[in-house]
Amino acid sequence: LGAQLYNGVSALLPAGRFLFCCHRQRIEIHKLRQGDNLILGFSIGGGIDQDPTQNPFSEDKTDKGIYVTRVTEGGPAEIAGLQIGDKIMQVNGWDMTMVTHDQARKRLTKRNEEVVRLLVTRQSLQKAVQQSMMS
Amino acid sequence: MSAAMDTESTYSGYSHYSGHSKKAHRQGSRDRHKSPRSKDGSRSEKSVTIQTPPAEPLLGNDASRTEEGQDDNWGETTTAITGTSEHSISQEDIARISKDLEDSVGLDCKRYLGLTVAAVLGLLVFLTPIAFILLPQILWRDDLEPCGTVCEGLFISVAFKLLILLIGTWALFFRQPKADIPRVFVFRALLMVLIFLFVFSYWLFYGVRILDSKDTNYQGIVQYAVSLVDALLFIHYLAIVLLELRQLQPMFTVKVVRSTDGESRYYSLGHLSIQRAALVVLENYYRDFPVYNPALLTASKSRAAKHMAGLKVYNVDGPGNNASGQSRAMIAAAARRRDSSHNELYYEEADHERRVKKRRARLVVAVEEAFTHIKRLQAEEQQKAPGEMMDSREAAQAIFPSMARALQKYLRTTRQQQYHSMESILQHLSFCITNNMTPKAFLERYLSPGPTLQYDRDRWFSKQWTLVSEEAVTSGLQDGIVFVLKCLDFSLVANVKKIPFIKLSEEFIDPKSHKFVLRLQSETSV
Repeated sequence: LGAQLYNGVSALLPAGRFLFCCHRQRIEIHKLRQGDNLILGFSIGGGIDQDPTQNPFSEDKTDKGIYVTRVTEGGPAEIAGLQIGDKIMQVNGWDMTMVTHDQARKRLTKRNEEVVRLLVTRQSLQKAVQQSMMS
Repeated sequence: MSAAMDTESTYSGYSHYSGHSKKAHRQGSRDRHKSPRSKDGSRSEKSVTIQTPPAEPLLGNDASRTEEGQDDNWGETTTAITGTSEHSISQEDIARISKDLEDSVGLDCKRYLGLTVAAVLGLLVFLTPIAFILLPQILWRDDLEPCGTVCEGLFISVAFKLLILLIGTWALFFRQPKADIPRVFVFRALLMVLIFLFVFSYWLFYGVRILDSKDTNYQGIVQYAVSLVDALLFIHYLAIVLLELRQLQPMFTVKVVRSTDGESRYYSLGHLSIQRAALVVLENYYRDFPVYNPALLTASKSRAAKHMAGLKVYNVDGPGNNASGQSRAMIAAAARRRDSSHNELYYEEADHERRVKKRRARLVVAVEEAFTHIKRLQAEEQQKAPGEMMDSREAAQAIFPSMARALQKYLRTTRQQQYHSMESILQHLSFCITNNMTPKAFLERYLSPGPTLQYDRDRWFSKQWTLVSEEAVTSGLQDGIVFVLKCLDFSLVANVKKIPFIKLSEEFIDPKSHKFVLRLQSETSV
């Protein structure tokens, strides 16, 4: 099970005045077959039909995006580099910022897909880039 | 206190306590603080409560405000008559006035002058309509036109209106005056002037138009008298509105702070003059404020003195006595000085509280145990055992010794011992026994200091009051006015604030608009 990691730092304008939200990371997870199911090894929370104020990982408590709430040890997601608290922006090109919880689950657990490519945002990454910009 | 009470001194009380503390292995800090504590205790034992000397009229206390010498007998709370009152006064009032005249030492011409003027005016006003009706009958009876039923109807109406006026005046004005205020009561004076002018003008008219010309239209004369009575009733209505109703709606809030210990209360008042507001404050003072206890005040002064003591100023720059500079230097040095007086205060207070609680526990237990010895006899049982029956006073005397010691110790610790004599305690005990009160109800009076009214008059430190105010005392209350009520030992500072104008708007909520959704936060593993 390979993992491909490449950092994408996008939308850095000169003079660094505007910082659009995302310092994104692309993570490619190969699903693991367990019996009849293909599992990814993490749990998601959030969605436009959920209560954003109860999300412990979001910085902005009105953010209704999909967040990674748990990563199982040794699972494909952990191996691929997914961390708890990541916000999933895209799955295989499908936008995940404005979906319901169930839609997100469905997009991640499509039976005919063995590999999912996620575009995630991580807060620690944001802060690190911000700090490097300040100095 | 008599021999039945505990007579051990405070010193032995403290050593008794510290002996206990050693046994209980408490921390040694309490022993360390024993000596200043016992000193305080002995100081409070020796300090004598200063009572207002009874035979000394209080003059010269801000004499610009009080224009009359105060009556020395319980100046403001007994039957001193106010300066002016409406209409006439009854026979009892006259009897009371004469009794007061005999009792009081300082006779007060201004006060009684106002009273007699009011009495005379009232009598005059009351008799005027009757005079209007009777005078033509007496003087020129034969010339009068006969007037039958109309006049009789008018006579009846005059009679009843006068009766109503009499009852209304009695209800409104014949009240025992409860205070002696420094300046004249403005509204009452105005009303008296109004009535006088009114009646005077009526007499003038009557004298010129009717008596001189000997008018024969009797019905007109009677109707004139009726109009006078009607107008008097309306003036009575005006009096009610001005004197009673106008001040009922609250417009101001007064914060009253006692100067010695910071006890504060808030009261709501309407449109009153400053002197009447002061009266309201004083009436409520006796009910709301805990009694003034000078024994509780010695500690803070001694602390402050100790803080500044031991600092001396040496002038090294040569001659020249810069006194203010020296005192400022002393203050700065004292502020910077690191002493442990706050520590002392903290431990002293914690200690005192612990001691009070312990004594209170002992007291409660002793009283509860004492009360179990008493049982009320029912009616049928009363015939069976006639020998052992006691009335409530004897029962109180029987159980008193078992709780006397604990009670006295508690009172000494909370510095209340001068407020309760043995006789008063016995009386209260028999009162509680008579009314089937529980031990807790009996103790309610002793556990914490109550309002001043609860105690014997001799123990009050506040009997004569002086109103100190920058505005004229008859001017009305306004926002920001401060006045001070001084008595010999302390003063009450009153700060008047206006109740803010409230903008109230309404919002209608449809009862069907209360709808809810479930907010979920589910977690799905993928």
